[in-house]
Amino acid sequence: MIFGKTLKLMAGKDNPQERLDLVTIRARLEEASGRRTWQSLDELAETQEFKNFLHHEFPHVPEKSSGQVSRRDALKFMAASAAFAGLTACTKLPTEKIVPYVIAPEEIVPGKPLFYATAMPFAGIATGLLVESHMGRPTKIEGNPLHPASLGAADAFAQASILTLYDPDRPQVVTRQGRISTWSAFLDAINELRADQLVKKGEGLRILTETVTSPSLADQIQNFLKQFPQAKWHQYEPAGRDTVREGSRVAFGEYVNTYYRFDRADVILALDSDFLCYGPGALRYARDFADKRRIVDNKSTMNRLYVVESTPSNTGSMADHRWALGPREIEGFARTLAQQLGANSGGVSITAPAGIPTDAIPTIVRDLQNHKGTSIVLAGDQQSPAVHALAHTINHALGNNGKTVIYTDPIEANPADQTQSLGELAADIRVGGVETLIIIGGNPLYNAPANYELRSLFFPLPTTPGGARPASKVKLKIHLSLYNNETSELCDWHIPQAHYLESWGDARAYDGTVSIIQPLIAPLYDGKSAHELFAALSGEPGRTAHNIVHDYWKNQKSIKDYEIFWETSLHDGVMAGTAFAPKSVPPAANYNVAGGDSSTGSGGIAIIFRPDPTVWDGAFSNNGWLQELPKPITKLTWDNVAMLSPGTAQRLGVTKGEVVELRLAGRALRAPVWVAPGHADETITVHLGYGRTRAGRLGTGIGFNAYALRTSDRPWSASGVDIIKTGERYPLAYTQYQHMISQDQKEVEEESVAAFNRQLVRVATIEEFRKDPDFARDSEENTRADDSLYPPYKYDGYAWGMAVDTNSCIGCNACVVACQSENNIPVVGKEQVSVGRAMHWIRIDTYFRGGLDDPETYYEPVLCMHCENAPCEGVCPVGATVHSPEGLNEMVYNRCVGTRYCSNNCPYKVRRFNFELYSDWTTPSLVPLRNPNVTVRSRGVMEKCTYCVQRINAAKIKSELEDRDVRDGDIQTACQQSCPTQALVFGNINDPNSRVSKLKAQSRNYSLVAELNTRPRTTYLARLRNPNPEIKG
Amino acid sequence: MAQIFHRSTNTLSRLSIYGAAFIVVALGGGIYEINESPYFTEVNVAQPQPVPFSHKHHVSELGIDCRYCHTSVEKSSFAGVPPTYTCMSCHSQIWVNSPMLEPVRASLRTNRSIEWTRVNALPDFVYFDHSIHIKKGVGCTTCHGPIGEMPITWRANTLYMRWCLGCHRQPELYVRPRSQIFNAAYQPPNNQLALGQELVKVYKIKNQKQLTDCVTCHR
Repeated sequence: MIFGKTLKLMAGKDNPQERLDLVTIRARLEEASGRRTWQSLDELAETQEFKNFLHHEFPHVPEKSSGQVSRRDALKFMAASAAFAGLTACTKLPTEKIVPYVIAPEEIVPGKPLFYATAMPFAGIATGLLVESHMGRPTKIEGNPLHPASLGAADAFAQASILTLYDPDRPQVVTRQGRISTWSAFLDAINELRADQLVKKGEGLRILTETVTSPSLADQIQNFLKQFPQAKWHQYEPAGRDTVREGSRVAFGEYVNTYYRFDRADVILALDSDFLCYGPGALRYARDFADKRRIVDNKSTMNRLYVVESTPSNTGSMADHRWALGPREIEGFARTLAQQLGANSGGVSITAPAGIPTDAIPTIVRDLQNHKGTSIVLAGDQQSPAVHALAHTINHALGNNGKTVIYTDPIEANPADQTQSLGELAADIRVGGVETLIIIGGNPLYNAPANYELRSLFFPLPTTPGGARPASKVKLKIHLSLYNNETSELCDWHIPQAHYLESWGDARAYDGTVSIIQPLIAPLYDGKSAHELFAALSGEPGRTAHNIVHDYWKNQKSIKDYEIFWETSLHDGVMAGTAFAPKSVPPAANYNVAGGDSSTGSGGIAIIFRPDPTVWDGAFSNNGWLQELPKPITKLTWDNVAMLSPGTAQRLGVTKGEVVELRLAGRALRAPVWVAPGHADETITVHLGYGRTRAGRLGTGIGFNAYALRTSDRPWSASGVDIIKTGERYPLAYTQYQHMISQDQKEVEEESVAAFNRQLVRVATIEEFRKDPDFARDSEENTRADDSLYPPYKYDGYAWGMAVDTNSCIGCNACVVACQSENNIPVVGKEQVSVGRAMHWIRIDTYFRGGLDDPETYYEPVLCMHCENAPCEGVCPVGATVHSPEGLNEMVYNRCVGTRYCSNNCPYKVRRFNFELYSDWTTPSLVPLRNPNVTVRSRGVMEKCTYCVQRINAAKIKSELEDRDVRDGDIQTACQQSCPTQALVFGNINDPNSRVSKLKAQSRNYSLVAELNTRPRTTYLARLRNPNPEIKG
Repeated sequence: MAQIFHRSTNTLSRLSIYGAAFIVVALGGGIYEINESPYFTEVNVAQPQPVPFSHKHHVSELGIDCRYCHTSVEKSSFAGVPPTYTCMSCHSQIWVNSPMLEPVRASLRTNRSIEWTRVNALPDFVYFDHSIHIKKGVGCTTCHGPIGEMPITWRANTLYMRWCLGCHRQPELYVRPRSQIFNAAYQPPNNQLALGQELVKVYKIKNQKQLTDCVTCHR
């Protein structure tokens, strides 16, 4: 962890001569005739930086100064080091205290973790979680297998949210005008406010919340509004689902909630929808989607996914057919499709998009028509209401409604157009109609649409130049939030909010299922929840959040054994019978939308706004795990970029890292360019959530603030952006070409790329697979076990191994965060990442195949292979990495002296070295976060994936206490557990009936770099595609 | 120029040159002795405690089972140190006014824990598990020594890695029948080797290679 450490950026690292020459790259790819897989543009251009990373383990270690140290001095240092190293073994252990309970709680067995079900509200919507707690301190977040939106998986955001709980930058006191105050002083102020407002019936009183799905909180707000009938409740979520709601209103005349049954769908068409990774229900969708294309043998079938999208996404990379279309063309495509399917196409003149082959659309139409009731057409959350409405009518025309597409009542307590709602609030403030504003969560001064100019309403500019600033028109501003952020700074009161792991609450999942949010720990900093704040506002300041939630449901569920029902709901993490019943909604007779915001533009380059894949709308800015998590596909860390297609970058003459100025409707922004293969042409994508000015020590001042260009009428895409070159460059830290495995065997003479390609990724279509099921198998000569100087070792008993099904991996990063959380992996910071020192034990290698403009994308999670003939073990001079009788490649931190020979000799580049003291040993609030069963590493030792040996040992001990063998499924590694698609499977390969053995027995099974005869325990299953044979090219 | 060193230093320098080997050995021996000394190992050093709790009295004289206080020893890695309530289950009836027990009563009154000094400590990178040792026939006194004779608790063994490995390499020399695990007065029988070999089989104790595998204790 690097809290408190400043990040020095390496200015001028980039060498201008090294800039990518896209013309040359294209030529090289042409030569390879589309068969070559590649990982980055730098690889294709063979830049020096790339070569350094490929051929040197640690390219940025400063050159050793030769000739300055004499032989004598060297000997002296050696002798001294040896002496000191020996002495460290003689440390006397410090005296420790044992502090038992006075009264022991019933459930706690010291040394054994407990698991509690709870839920994380993300953009208001619940994901069911199971949280591991050691002696009362939560340490690890996992998915709740009983929850319909999780099924045991958890995404990167949910898992990283535990770091936010312990974040030392969270505010710890109530402040008033920036000065320390108390909760009771605040209650006095609330009493005054109530006395005043009861007379006025709440006139001038405004509440601003984020999306609320919590039935009990909504009930409190409604009661509050009854007391103050003139008060108003506004909602705003910067990366909200306004267009989704509006689309349903256009199509059906009322707000409805839509969810999808991918377990019933054989043909899926995604209109710029990243449904596998983002949005409510994504974890469930990913599981159902992967299950429908799981391969058991060559008779297995697969669903088919068509994707049209502007920005390369995880879902796009799983597509069997993908076309990059600009935002305008996506709407045109949807209309064309609706027309050809005989659905209501909105009565707008149709232009078929140019970016898609002419024969493709009729083929897709035929494919969909052949799968009536078993297909899904869905639009992304950021698509215009028109596209959503079109998707609804297409599904209706295909008879999918009620089968694969389910409609229910809205899950939001008060569905509304939030952008408009915030606009009304801004307008009221402008005319002086708002006296008191209470903001619950959120950060509107940072993320409100730029045209509302909310900041100047809070903090008005002087009317005359140099004059005094007039007072804000809002007399009293109260902010309850997790961080003291850009908004809190300009509020009169700031109340620290309790984290969801610290407070009671409830929330609905994507299908309406209610989960009780159960706290794992008392508030660390005396934070208050929204429930408690509303209790105070409604004149019941003593009421606890627990009582509020408990009593609300008691009134709702007038059942006899309510306490049993309540306890069961807490235990299971879901409240039985609360999922909304499917509802049949006929489409509105004849709707007519003149097109969404995207088609109103005048042409030119279109700009697309997207929530960031790791920090979302900025809510996770101060979370080190998420900042350092390489973003899917780009592998960028600690920054956001302006993404362009290679074609557009070539036309504009800009390259990666070059700073450009984006101008849109009188607003401007400077951003570094990123050239993204597969991006739509003449389109630029910027991610929200960066450029924070008051996020905390980690999140402040990194990236650029894309909200500065975003306006209320065009929240997700706008046309006519001007790109102006500035000539400046900005250093970016990305891991794309770090820890790369060389694809070519250098010894072999270069004849053609394919001839000696190592085939780290193996792909075939399902047709090819059926004809040749062994296409991916390693050749005989590469798998000879006896090619070793050492005698073969017989593994009787357990033999641990893992199978990674690349056919299921969606590259969502859940495993990376799971591993980081389980194994106490530190955060190193941008500067260290850029020199290849990120510490993640598992990485998602991303490969491209095909041309620059629309390549296929493949993911390959790479962790320690636990080779049976491990190259790292032989070279360790101190026996710090050794082999276990169960086949684990072990790392013994206490023996490691940091020679790094092992890492140098690892063909998979999975070993990580603690160049500095990366683990935070001093910040008190981070101590309870750590997994007590894993050593916190110090400076100078090597580390790597252990197959979660702490979990293996725990399961082995448990099985032996119960006089049995470890059963298949008893041990789940952290990565496996979090995986939404179950792409990673761990188990005993000596048991022929274990899941992992069955996967490894499949013909798709292959090893990475098998020709080195490392005999890896981690093997991969080849990826299959299911393209429509009627579509060529 | 006057001599800097007196003639007698010649003797000293000769001594140190010819005696270098002895000096190194003596230094090594000295360090070894310090490392093995009770100051370092804390073996046989009774630790002061807030309440002078006597295992001798409670275990041998009163015959209270180990698990009455150390409740999680069969279930968890940590044997468990009793909460104040466990002490008070008896001491609310007997010795209710003993000044020695005032810290216990104070703990209950003030709801503040008694802070015991840890006697048997392992470094943080060692992951020891009580439950599996109990299950496999390692008795309490094998590691904790003659606990039934300790008026105040002391560490009976160094708990150094080589000491652990002594048993992990040859468990047959130390294991005992499960029925005798909590017997503080247990003495190994004369046929320990034969009994031990039998128990290793019956209790399915793993082979030496597995028991001395690094990740058995370190991770």
